[in-house]
Amino acid sequence: MKRGLVFYAVAAYLFLHVPLLILAVFSFNSSRFTMWQGFSLAWYREAFADRDLLESAANSLIIAIAATALATIVGTLAAYGLWKHSSGAASRAIAGSLYLSLVTPEIVTGISLLALFQWVFRFLNLRLGMHTVILAHVAFSVAYVVTVVMARLRTFDPALEEAALDLGASHYGAFFRVTLPYLAPGVAAAAMLAFTVSIDDYVITSLVAGVDSQTLPMAIYSLARKGVSPVLNAVSTLVVAGLGTVVLVSERLRAR
Amino acid sequence: MTAPVRRVFLTPAILLMITTFAVPMIIVGVYSFMSRGAYGGVTPPFTLENYTRLFDPLYGVILLRSFWIAGISTALCVLLGFPLALFIAQSGSRKNLYLSLVILPFWTSFLIRTYAWMFLLRDTGLINTILQSLHLIGAPLPMLYNDGAVILGLVYGYLPFMVLPLFATLERLDPSLLEAAADLGARPLETLWRVTIPLAAPGVRAGAILTFVPCLGTYLTSDLLGGSKTILVGNLVQNQFTTSRDWPFGAAASLVLMAVAILLMFAARRKGEDLL
Repeated sequence: MKRGLVFYAVAAYLFLHVPLLILAVFSFNSSRFTMWQGFSLAWYREAFADRDLLESAANSLIIAIAATALATIVGTLAAYGLWKHSSGAASRAIAGSLYLSLVTPEIVTGISLLALFQWVFRFLNLRLGMHTVILAHVAFSVAYVVTVVMARLRTFDPALEEAALDLGASHYGAFFRVTLPYLAPGVAAAAMLAFTVSIDDYVITSLVAGVDSQTLPMAIYSLARKGVSPVLNAVSTLVVAGLGTVVLVSERLRAR
Repeated sequence: MTAPVRRVFLTPAILLMITTFAVPMIIVGVYSFMSRGAYGGVTPPFTLENYTRLFDPLYGVILLRSFWIAGISTALCVLLGFPLALFIAQSGSRKNLYLSLVILPFWTSFLIRTYAWMFLLRDTGLINTILQSLHLIGAPLPMLYNDGAVILGLVYGYLPFMVLPLFATLERLDPSLLEAAADLGARPLETLWRVTIPLAAPGVRAGAILTFVPCLGTYLTSDLLGGSKTILVGNLVQNQFTTSRDWPFGAAASLVLMAVAILLMFAARRKGEDLL
């Protein structure tokens, strides 16, 4: 049975990883057809010459950085507040709604935020754009931040904080000088996860984005709907390599 | 910690959850009972028509089909994920490495992983090209733009969701129970069937919910791999809020999706199990 399990696991890992590897290999193919003709960087050159793709990549980076910063701050504070006081009604309500937001199907989150923005726009002279995308991304990534920071908090010894208080630190002083430094690897890991979910999101983003805020996933999606293209293979390879690096670093930090 | 200090830490999250979760859900809830406006938008009178329409045969089929595809995909994830989780749980010091190998594709772009299957499955894709050059098939097999492709994409996308909770329960499993079964004369497969699998039930339930809910609401996979043939409830919702501009109907469909997610979550909670 043991050997069967090993064979199975090898097959399962191949299933999980080979499709992306094939995509990466063919992004270096000099032919645009699915026949290997020789090594070429032509599709990468073409991708970097595409103003539309570059602009949407820049938008994605701006959105992801802004959303990550906000979600990490809000999420870290909330995780600490919940950890300190998990039994209160407010805490239970926040924990419950964070949890619910995590299991809400993306399409539902997307249309509910769209409905919210359109309703607010009746009273304010605003339009869909980068700001609505950033707010939406903060909304769906904050639950990830809380989950990851909370996991780190569970390994924190509250006596350390009490010692700081006994030695005359204020609550804020104890938080910023004792607890937060301990949480740092968890917070960094949480930020990286928030960054990856933000930079990858298509479903919610496409609903709340305006004409001037096309993101990279939106550009990839509209290319993919037109069909397979070697330029898209090159873009995909770059995104996967970039995100893969972020995830590996984040996993390292989390394991610390 | 004093109440004002606590408030400082929790207030930003409270404000965020109220404005971006509670209020939007209430708006969608109200819209789902209203009528479609002449230029999109919503108007009174209040009505139940959106919900009754959702269950009439035309749309009921879409709903049933979504449940069917999500159910099949979830079942396949259990079948494929269980042995993998078992393998990871039994691999000692390499556990973390093997687990990372499951998590890695999960965090690296769902969209691109779906696109990878378009690249493999299309008529001029890699699989058809290889089969044709080996003269195993004459004409390309139509593998893309059907229900099978959607199920494949969902299984590929959500398998990690299944493996993680399964691994968590299997890892906690007391090895002495397995030894006891062996000592009492059970063969390995018998131990698996009568000890390991029943004890892993909480993990299976958690994984099944974590897989079923996003599969049921899928929009991206069915749109890219199912083409125009496979319309699921996620696509229906998206359509009502974009091209069809029938917000009340889309809102009703969203609430049905949301209700299923909440019911499943409470079913898991009732048993005292944590999903994450």
